[in-house]
Amino acid sequence: MGKVNYFLTEEQQMIVDLARQIAEEKIVPARAQLDEEEKFPWDIMKDLAQADLFGLYIPEEYGGLGGGCFENCLAVEQLGWGCIAVTTTYAASALGGYPILLFGNEEQKSKYLPDIAAGKRLVAFGLTEANAGSDAGAIQTTAVEDGDYWVINGTKQWITNGGEADIYTIIAMTDKNKGARGASAFILEKSDPGFSFGKKEHKMGLRASATRELVFTDCRIPKDRLLGRRGLGFIIAMRTLDLARPGIGAIGVGLAQAALDEAVTYAKQRIQFGQPIMSFQAIQHMLADMATQIEAARAMVYNVARTIDSGEKDIAKLAAMAKLFATDVAMKVTTDAVQILGGYGYMKDYPVEKMMRDAKILQIYEGTNQIQRNVIGQALNKEYTIK
Amino acid sequence: MQFVVCIKQVPDAANVRFDPEKGTLIREGVESMINPFDLNAIEAAVQLKELLGGEVTCITMGPPQAETALRDALALGADKAVLLSDRAFAGSDTLATSRTLAAGIKKLGGADLIFCGKQAIDGDTAQVGPGLAIRLGIDYVTCVSHIEVSNDKKSLLVKRAWEEGYDLVQIDFPALLTVLTCINTPRVPSLKGKLKAKKTKIPVWGAEEIGVDPSDLGLSGSPTQVVSTSVPKFEAKKEMLEGDVDEQVEALVDRLKQAGII
Repeated sequence: MGKVNYFLTEEQQMIVDLARQIAEEKIVPARAQLDEEEKFPWDIMKDLAQADLFGLYIPEEYGGLGGGCFENCLAVEQLGWGCIAVTTTYAASALGGYPILLFGNEEQKSKYLPDIAAGKRLVAFGLTEANAGSDAGAIQTTAVEDGDYWVINGTKQWITNGGEADIYTIIAMTDKNKGARGASAFILEKSDPGFSFGKKEHKMGLRASATRELVFTDCRIPKDRLLGRRGLGFIIAMRTLDLARPGIGAIGVGLAQAALDEAVTYAKQRIQFGQPIMSFQAIQHMLADMATQIEAARAMVYNVARTIDSGEKDIAKLAAMAKLFATDVAMKVTTDAVQILGGYGYMKDYPVEKMMRDAKILQIYEGTNQIQRNVIGQALNKEYTIK
Repeated sequence: MQFVVCIKQVPDAANVRFDPEKGTLIREGVESMINPFDLNAIEAAVQLKELLGGEVTCITMGPPQAETALRDALALGADKAVLLSDRAFAGSDTLATSRTLAAGIKKLGGADLIFCGKQAIDGDTAQVGPGLAIRLGIDYVTCVSHIEVSNDKKSLLVKRAWEEGYDLVQIDFPALLTVLTCINTPRVPSLKGKLKAKKTKIPVWGAEEIGVDPSDLGLSGSPTQVVSTSVPKFEAKKEMLEGDVDEQVEALVDRLKQAGII
């Protein structure tokens, strides 16, 4: 069968094969139970660490493999084919690691990155708060200088890997009057005094992933935990999200592919009116649209990721497009897969109901798809003004 | 510590089909893999190496393409690999195979501990492991389900599994163990391991390199030969029993008695 040639290097194909092997052997057999029991996938995180996948995007000098956004996308696509709750747990560690990689000084990088690359310490990224979601500039957590320390107060909400991760990169206000320019980024460690965890959320999907509050009560951290410069927090958050968004698109592609695989397999076996439902044009057309949309989403995600790796700096619009399109495709394709499986699709005996529940978060987290459209719209406005 | 793991490349059992006319396996288009028991042998060796230090060498006898199995083993944590490959090895039975492996391991400089899978899933003999130990003149334990290292690190305490339980056996180095799949869960390969495996040079040794008389190798060194193979036929008969339930049960008991089942 003709497959699109994405011209992967031997190393990139190796990443795809290895991630797929882990998805097939470790993730798929465990995913239904992890979902049912809302159980954090520590065993699989250990497998991913053993496979060196946590170091994919980290330079070799810090014990990583020196890959880029594209290599990351290839890995999470295959892992997402297995289960996006597990994949989100893995990917959130990269989301928390990027600020250190991008803005950390040499000391911070050599202190944290080798452990992150080896998968010894899991990371989380803390931006969202109860009153600061899409409006990230409205965060209320504060960091106040006190001699050689920063004292942090406030609560972060819905933080992926909260309570499980060892290292947290968070955004807090250092100058409340300056708005977005008054935000700064900090590295927190689980053991820091005054750092605790609030309630664990129960979710519609993505249930194996831990989503929890981070609570800072006069949490004192040494001065050298500030990332970049004071006031750079918002820029650090945006740069991090720009880099991570194609990865969310890739998770969507993997999930959609898994739903298509289930739907086609089922349609070929299910007999109604004396023939497999695959023979009905109504089903064929649905499957054809699903397959076509997946291929388009994959092409877009890959091209954007490669563009980012080529050194392009102005990536906000492209990253938003890749996230927006691929995750909308994932929602549509998983919904259609449930439709094709009919009543069986709605039952927990088949994996597509979980896929559909899981898909919804992709349109919400790491910037809702409405925010992605804002980013794209604002970029268009700017582009055409310059001309 | 020098660890050696003997592995075999086998056709992927899930996709193997038989040619009923010739009575042979259809190997074309079927992917090869490391014999599943051998994956556990590699894992056991790598775990012990991590505990005791040393080096794990994987060795296999096979055609040139068996090199891919060795590269997979390197990605799973083996440090070195050797391929024993020569036309003279073709047609080896378990005796000739164990002779060849023994000569290869001697050329490596011997080993403190040798691991084999309990059996290969294609031949299913479970003879090569013990045969190899005899040829090397070392002690061995088969069907090992658990390994513990003694405090002085000079011997092992291993469980040899039976259907009803296990023997606890103490064995000194050098030794050979054949392992069961329940002994551990093979790790997933690592990316760095795969990259390293790609670059590692794998020496290929033939009859001359291992210094064995060709008459002791391959077909000529094999006292047993497969004369013919056949695919078992399943012939099922179908019969509807008539009458009410009691009559049907009686008829069924009759039939089972006639067939010698009860």
